[in-house]
Amino acid sequence: MRKVLLGVVLVTSLTACTLSAGEPEENGERRVVLVTHDSFAMSEEVLDAFREESGITIDVRKLGDAGALTNQLVLTKDNPVGDLAYGVDTTFASRALEEDVFEPYRSPAADEGSQRYAIDDTNRLTAVDVGDVCVNIDPAALAARNVPEPASYADLTKAAYENMLVVEDPATSSPGLAFLLGTIASLGDGWREYWMALRGRGVQVVSGWEEAYTQEFSGSSGEGPRPIVVSYASSPAAEVAEDGTPTTKAVLDTCFRQVEYAGVLRGAANTEDARAVLDFLLSPEFQSQVPEQMYVYPARSDVELPETWQAAAPLPESPAEMDPAKIAENRERWIDEWRALVPG
Amino acid sequence: MTLAVSGLSVHYGTLAAVSDVDLSVPDGEVLALLGPSGCGKSTLLRAVAGLEPASGRVCWDDVDLAGVPVHRRGFGLVFQDGQLFPHRDVAGNVAFGLRMRGVPDADRVAELLGLVGLSGYGRRRVHELSGGEQQRVALARALAPRPRLLLLDEPLSALDLALREQLAMDLARVLRTTGSTALVVTHDHDEAFTLADRVAVMREGRVTQVGEPAEVWRRPVDEDTARFLGCGAIVPATVTGGVARCELGAVALPWADDGQVRLGLRPTALRPAGDGVAGEVVHRVHRRDHVRLQVRVAGDRLVDAVAGVADAPAVGASVRLALDEDGVALLPPGVSRREW
Amino acid sequence: MARTRTGLSPGLLLVALVPLGFLAVFFVWPVVAIVRLGFGEGGVLAVLGSADTWQLVAFTVGQAAASTVLAVLAGVPVAYLLARTSLPGLGLVRVVILVPFVLPTVVVGLAFRTLLPDGGVLAIVLANSFFNVAVVARTVAGLWSHVDGRAADAARSLGASPLRAFTSVTLPALAPALTSAAAVVFLFCATSFGVVLILGGSRYRTLETEIYLRTVELLDLSGAAALSLVQLAAVVAALSVGVLARRRRESALRLRGRASVARRPRGGQSWAVVGAALGVVVLLLVPVVVLVARSFDGGFAGYRALAGFGHEGSLQVSGWEAAANSLRAATDATALAVFLGTLASVVLVSLSRGRVRRGVVETMDTVLMLPLGVSAVTVGFGYLVTLDLLPGDLRTSPALVPLAQALVVTPLVIRMLLPVLRSIDTRLRQAAASLGASPWRVWREVDVPVAGRSLLTATAFGYVVALGEFGATSFLARPDTATLPVAVARLLSRPGELNNQMAYAACTLLVLVTVAAVALVESVGRSRVVEF
Repeated sequence: MRKVLLGVVLVTSLTACTLSAGEPEENGERRVVLVTHDSFAMSEEVLDAFREESGITIDVRKLGDAGALTNQLVLTKDNPVGDLAYGVDTTFASRALEEDVFEPYRSPAADEGSQRYAIDDTNRLTAVDVGDVCVNIDPAALAARNVPEPASYADLTKAAYENMLVVEDPATSSPGLAFLLGTIASLGDGWREYWMALRGRGVQVVSGWEEAYTQEFSGSSGEGPRPIVVSYASSPAAEVAEDGTPTTKAVLDTCFRQVEYAGVLRGAANTEDARAVLDFLLSPEFQSQVPEQMYVYPARSDVELPETWQAAAPLPESPAEMDPAKIAENRERWIDEWRALVPG
Repeated sequence: MTLAVSGLSVHYGTLAAVSDVDLSVPDGEVLALLGPSGCGKSTLLRAVAGLEPASGRVCWDDVDLAGVPVHRRGFGLVFQDGQLFPHRDVAGNVAFGLRMRGVPDADRVAELLGLVGLSGYGRRRVHELSGGEQQRVALARALAPRPRLLLLDEPLSALDLALREQLAMDLARVLRTTGSTALVVTHDHDEAFTLADRVAVMREGRVTQVGEPAEVWRRPVDEDTARFLGCGAIVPATVTGGVARCELGAVALPWADDGQVRLGLRPTALRPAGDGVAGEVVHRVHRRDHVRLQVRVAGDRLVDAVAGVADAPAVGASVRLALDEDGVALLPPGVSRREW
Repeated sequence: MARTRTGLSPGLLLVALVPLGFLAVFFVWPVVAIVRLGFGEGGVLAVLGSADTWQLVAFTVGQAAASTVLAVLAGVPVAYLLARTSLPGLGLVRVVILVPFVLPTVVVGLAFRTLLPDGGVLAIVLANSFFNVAVVARTVAGLWSHVDGRAADAARSLGASPLRAFTSVTLPALAPALTSAAAVVFLFCATSFGVVLILGGSRYRTLETEIYLRTVELLDLSGAAALSLVQLAAVVAALSVGVLARRRRESALRLRGRASVARRPRGGQSWAVVGAALGVVVLLLVPVVVLVARSFDGGFAGYRALAGFGHEGSLQVSGWEAAANSLRAATDATALAVFLGTLASVVLVSLSRGRVRRGVVETMDTVLMLPLGVSAVTVGFGYLVTLDLLPGDLRTSPALVPLAQALVVTPLVIRMLLPVLRSIDTRLRQAAASLGASPWRVWREVDVPVAGRSLLTATAFGYVVALGEFGATSFLARPDTATLPVAVARLLSRPGELNNQMAYAACTLLVLVTVAAVALVESVGRSRVVEF
């Protein structure tokens, strides 16, 4: 019995240790809390180098996907949960701006290409990366069925592609929503007829990217039944055969541009250093790592894509785009209409 | 070394389970709390143990035990159904109280097991024991730490008859050997008279009579007590010169004073004889060592009687019944609610 | 006399304050705050009045009830196997049935999509039961192994068929554990999120998925508040049914030693039940085996990659570090939950042993269960608007992870401990007290050893739930403290064959870590706790 008690005491003290180990709080340390979405990734070396050089430690806190991140920022705007936020995207930018979550800061590095994607001229949000959503295809599977590779939204409604396309539900998936927005941006009011046509061609709707890509799509490791899927422009970079040739392909005329922004939070505890970290996010060191770490394209124009990307996943040149304000205004209505059109 | 209970009451809501009880148990005495089920005797015992919130006083050697929790009273407790610790073996159960006092003592455990006749049972698991063995372990467990007072709550009533009688004798022996001061709750008078130096009779939450077993047996204070102690008929009588006379005849009661009384008649009070009240046997049941008769006497009354196994009359037979001192109790005069 | 008329001692009140205080700060306050915020926006009544809302309620309750029934039907034979038979390998069965619990929902979701491509409702119900069979099996087995079988024998001798004896004697004796388990399973299923989203999409929505979408994606706090209230009402209603069911059967059972009830199965019926139980165990293991097999798709590539950081650095921790993180986080949460759950159980059982009104005890019991039935998102967003008022601003701190996990694990601990604690005869404790054991010592000497097995089960369960916990961890864990489930989800959310193989390798690792951790907890505990 005494041993059990001893065990309880041990466990309790262990708990204290592991709990406290979570808080590296040394005196005089300059710390910036970076709140971001759960796809954030960056190599230790790059972060370490930044700490060496600037004396600033970046404390990364992930708050879920872009929507969750934005909404949590809105909810806590009176007492922000961090100093800097990164990951608010095109779909949610408008809400963040309306709620005045960010304070203006024009990074000197923004002129190196980031400004191309600026949302407005208030400098509250700075573009850090671009992550376009496009239809991906499995060329080998299409060839095996003797059908040409589709090249546009319109192609997908052709009889040749019957039962080949799998998409994500825009109500539950962010690439799903981006694809819907892409069809609306490209086809205007014709989007409803377009989706009716897709439905007629047996489009499959699943709830998330994992199901669509890793399970239904034939070009991924899951080797599913469908050769056409809604994914990212960058996905083919990860599907490369041993000899270096890409095995899947993004259809570049079916892309919708998603820009991911960063901004200094209004009321941040450490505004000065937060700005330095924002500059760091736009630095060549960080930007050059963005593709392989996060499967997105750098906002900077002077950073080269990795070699495999240049071959397998170039940046789409003329993607569909939509004003974030328009998205914010219509998103719910469009999703409801879509739900009525397409049975899940 | 005396337990003294005064003005003790236990209430459940508006119901008084125990009302204003006074009792004392001097050193080395075994007091039986005897009464029908629901009379509050177990509740009284639990209050003494400190298990029931009660008003009034429970004192040990004039020290009020209010505020002394169960575990500091030093009172041993034995329940009807043992309540042995299922996760400990027999020795572990017996050693428990010693361990609580910080004086583990294997010899004492062995000694107690010997005392209750279970030598060598130490490593047995308790669920492998019979009911009687479990009660013996429970007794050894309660006695091991040498309690100031032993509280036994119907210790034998879960056992079968033969076992009960055997264990009652053993229990009496153990209580005497160990010189224990004890309070035994029971509804069985045989058990009470076997075990106890004195008996306290309880009814409806009150103690109605306290005395030595023979005294209580012979002189129940009132009709209800008499009936509880087995008197089926209560009849008016007159005592003159050590002889009591009633309508069923006369009986010599040398210990009775002259005057008007009532006689409580147990079945053993009437036996077939050459002379006496005439009647007809209407019913007859064979018991272990006697035959129980129901006899219709004059006035169409039915009375109980007993006869020897060898010479018991048959149903329908005419008999004469004579009074026997052993079955007769003496009550103060008064009007009985019913006589038969 | 020593105790007050209610049987409540100041010490007990103090003990009660710990779990209730924890609940108040980390559950009630945040939930009330976020719901109030929603009310402030107006529009709650409109949501409450819409037919859509009531469809959600119907589907939520319906699928949860169906899943619970299925989990109970599958779990009871397994409980019989664990409690009443002595067959070789039962120790392993005891451990492996817990594995489904840790599997990341995304993995299970994908597995059930493969098994039932057009599954819909059926797939949701099967997946939910899959997660929860172990809850029923282990909770019921905990009590069953101590129930005296002679009552059932008596019923047989009175002419009852085996089935009749089971339903009329054994089942009522098991009712406290059954209703406990069913209540927990119902709450788990009603608030199940990941698998419902994956298998149901936007076609089959539950209150939980809808609250998530409204809160997290739409920031429609008034709609979420309305749905949260409905969810709360549904949960309280379900718990009350459980309380009423328990009320009828609250009696001290005659507990027996384990060795005396476990025997080799005899007779056809006995073997049939054992066969059914083994069938259930095999079915539970199918998805596990499938995913383990998948992890070997590329030979050992996935496992080799686990030592590194994933394809081109998908992870900031190696698989092994993630495993270590998982163990650390689970240890914290479990220790906290077992501590809180034990205190709460002690208080609840002491209250019902004292002369406290039954309603008070039942209300407290129900309140302690609520964290299982309220959306994690509601609680999480509640933290955002409240916890900055506490010193240290825990809102996004990793230290919140074990606290949030403990909130879910604690009710589980309570549900596993209470039935056994309640079945301990008060007089057994009184016997100990009369032998000189202080109230504290009585707990140590009587309640803890008798409930020891259940405490172990609760600890093992807590560990497993905490190991598999995803929601709070994925939000709050730092990249370098990612746990295995977080790593799995992250790897699966990226394209590339290696990431996929690594995800399944990580899953297999999670299974192994779970089995090892649970086996350790149980064996360490067993050497300490006397089997009886």
